[in-house]
Amino acid sequence: MCRHSEPLDRLRMPAPIRLRELIRTIRTARTQAEEREMIQKECASIRSSFREEDNTYRCRNVAKLLYMHMLGYPAHFGQLECLKLIASQKFTDKRIGYLGAMLLLDERQDVHLLMTNCIKNDLNHSTQYVQGLALCTLGCMGSSEMCRDLAGEVEKLLKTSNSYLRKKAALCAVHVIRKVPELMEMFLPATKNLLNEKNHGVLHTSVVLLTEMCERSPDMLAHFRKLVPQLVRILKNLIMSGYSPEHDVSGISDPFLQVRILRLLRMLGRNDDDSSEAMNDILAQVATNTETSKNVGNAILYETVLTIMDIKSESGLRVLAINILGRFLLNNDKNIRYVALTSLLKTVQTDHNAVQRHRSTIVDCLKDLDVSIKRRAMELSFALVNGNNIRGMMKELLYFLDLCDPEFKADCASGIFLAAEKYAPSKRWHIDTIMKVLTTAGSYVRDDAVPNLIQLITNSVEMHAYTVQKLYKAVLEDISQQPLVQVGAWCMGEYGDLLVSGQCEEEEPIQVTEDEVMDVLETLLQSNMSASVTRGYALTAIMKLSTRFTINVNRIKKIMSVYGSSIDVELQQRAVEYNALFRKFDHMRSALLERMPIMEKVTNGLTETAQTNGEAEPMKVEPKLLSTAPPSSNQANDLLDLLGGSDVTSVIRTVPPSKPNTVGGELLDLLGGLDLSG
Amino acid sequence: MKYCERKIKRNTIYLSSEVTNMIKFFLLVNKQGQIRLSRYYEPMEIHKRTLLEVDIIKNCLPRTKDQCSFVEYKDIKLVYRQYAALFVVIGIDDAENELAVYELIHNFVEVLDKYFSRVCELDIMFNLDKVHIILDEMILNGRVVETNKSRILVPLLALDKMTES
Repeated sequence: MCRHSEPLDRLRMPAPIRLRELIRTIRTARTQAEEREMIQKECASIRSSFREEDNTYRCRNVAKLLYMHMLGYPAHFGQLECLKLIASQKFTDKRIGYLGAMLLLDERQDVHLLMTNCIKNDLNHSTQYVQGLALCTLGCMGSSEMCRDLAGEVEKLLKTSNSYLRKKAALCAVHVIRKVPELMEMFLPATKNLLNEKNHGVLHTSVVLLTEMCERSPDMLAHFRKLVPQLVRILKNLIMSGYSPEHDVSGISDPFLQVRILRLLRMLGRNDDDSSEAMNDILAQVATNTETSKNVGNAILYETVLTIMDIKSESGLRVLAINILGRFLLNNDKNIRYVALTSLLKTVQTDHNAVQRHRSTIVDCLKDLDVSIKRRAMELSFALVNGNNIRGMMKELLYFLDLCDPEFKADCASGIFLAAEKYAPSKRWHIDTIMKVLTTAGSYVRDDAVPNLIQLITNSVEMHAYTVQKLYKAVLEDISQQPLVQVGAWCMGEYGDLLVSGQCEEEEPIQVTEDEVMDVLETLLQSNMSASVTRGYALTAIMKLSTRFTINVNRIKKIMSVYGSSIDVELQQRAVEYNALFRKFDHMRSALLERMPIMEKVTNGLTETAQTNGEAEPMKVEPKLLSTAPPSSNQANDLLDLLGGSDVTSVIRTVPPSKPNTVGGELLDLLGGLDLSG
Repeated sequence: MKYCERKIKRNTIYLSSEVTNMIKFFLLVNKQGQIRLSRYYEPMEIHKRTLLEVDIIKNCLPRTKDQCSFVEYKDIKLVYRQYAALFVVIGIDDAENELAVYELIHNFVEVLDKYFSRVCELDIMFNLDKVHIILDEMILNGRVVETNKSRILVPLLALDKMTES
């Protein structure tokens, strides 16, 4: 009818298609490109329809726009249209308008503020459904300004007797409180008789509101503690009441409300003896009377267990809770096992012994096929490791490391290292364990493991021969795992003489010649699989062997001169400096390349102490030393002048005398009370 | 902090506003990866949404019937349930009771069943606005409002009567 007034030269647009038609059309598209084309065409017609300010079909167009938005296409040009729909008087228009607002708008768009007035009017509308729409939208995407303006209206609706509105107002209030925490006090009077409601919907949302208020403010928490008896009564009624068709889910009366109340009780009973005592009975009742055959019952039991563990419950109740968790662990249903493992992880610190009893079941869960369960079982296993069960647990964990997916390997390896560090029964066991980790998951090990391991090996003096032998054998087999190879190269450089002399006491010594060791290290240097860091390790190791091996020094000199022109800058620098050591400072070489001293134990596991020795320490140390090189070179020059050395062109990496270590100390001692502050 | 201790501390229940205790999103996805319904209770850009939806399909689809219904994805937990060719996926944070959310999914499907009488995927597709109304009656801003099936359907039935007359 209204179209008769349009100018005749305007092309008459056909009525926009319904949403159903659009969906049917899109379904016929066979490729993504076809679908995109259809949607673009429809978008264009919707846009022109919007430009025409067509009131009749706006609702339909926005509905289509929302559908396209769901599929992932941009729909921002519909935002203003949503506002126009909200302002309309028709319920169908308002409905789509508010839905559009919830889906398309959020507080980051400036447009949303225009809604405030409309929502205010609708909150006072005569029809409850319109009021409900407004509450829903405000509760979903209201910004802090909107909430501040409209909080009074929400509070009024919270006190109404209409249960349909009251429940929505309660959740809207939750949102307001989250956005504007200062307004919490405003809602306090309205909460007075919220729990007296019979309507479960209102009860449910009221409990959520109370929970939110208690979470935000400790004062509110103290204030609401007096509600504990009332909550206990409501819960009791729920359990004791017979079958009620309204709220029944698989034979249990309103489990959602039960779970909510249990959670609020948990919050109120935490750190408070009186409240906890008031709850003890009802918790025991719920724990024993709930049906466990269906998932519903288990959901309630799960919440109950969490509550019992969190409040100051008596020990009998705690034992009951752990037993329930133990039963869950043996259940066939994977969901329940997962939930049990999660709760045990939460309680393992407080009730460690009780959880230890279930250790074997937990370790069995490591072999489960399900990824979620495996992850939980792994975390829990690490939490349960202690001095008594370390050997058994480590066997299982190493087995798990071997078989698990790559996503777990890094975490598992780190966990094993930490556990081994804390509870290792003997040094040999510790080194064996670390070796196993390096060989099974060597490429997933974290970067800081290599220096840590090196430090550990240095400090276990009696194990040097055993360690280097094992590492030699491992490197012979496989040179692709970088952390293993790096540690191996370092050890071979340090303890090569022990390896060759066959001094190992712990196990059968193997016959290795100096040439064989040199061969391995040279292979590492030349292999494509070695990272440049590994090559650095290998080069330094070869250099160290020049003082430990009696023959083959010429071979080492040759390698150094070859790598003196290497493309890799790091290797080149090292080789050049080692060459200088051979040529000009041969008398200092043995002192410089002595055995590493015992390093201090570092508590935070970082490599702070690893760079005390100035010479030949890998990567992390380089920048530090390079920066100290200029000042110490002056000192070195002074030193060498005194010794009658000739012109020095290369910078020697001498030990910075400020660091307390034996090598530098020995040099200084040699030269007496020389002033090196030059 | 040591690895084990760090992990345990993260699982302790905090009394602070970090724990939002809410549903982050609600998705209905079919086996081919087509989204049938999506509702986000936290603002998320549209390209992030599509990435998230693709990832969720990748995670949930290959799982078998006897595997756990809870999947950990970045910092949220996915609770999913399969009905014929349709997956209902809810994203929650650490503090929610997973088993209760699992029941909530079933409750939602039962409501749909009641309204559409033996609901199928096409019903949801062609009546998307009505499904949104039902969802809004059940979940507001990520928290559960009502679980009683008849009460949830009251506004929708009233609306239907209005449009008929």
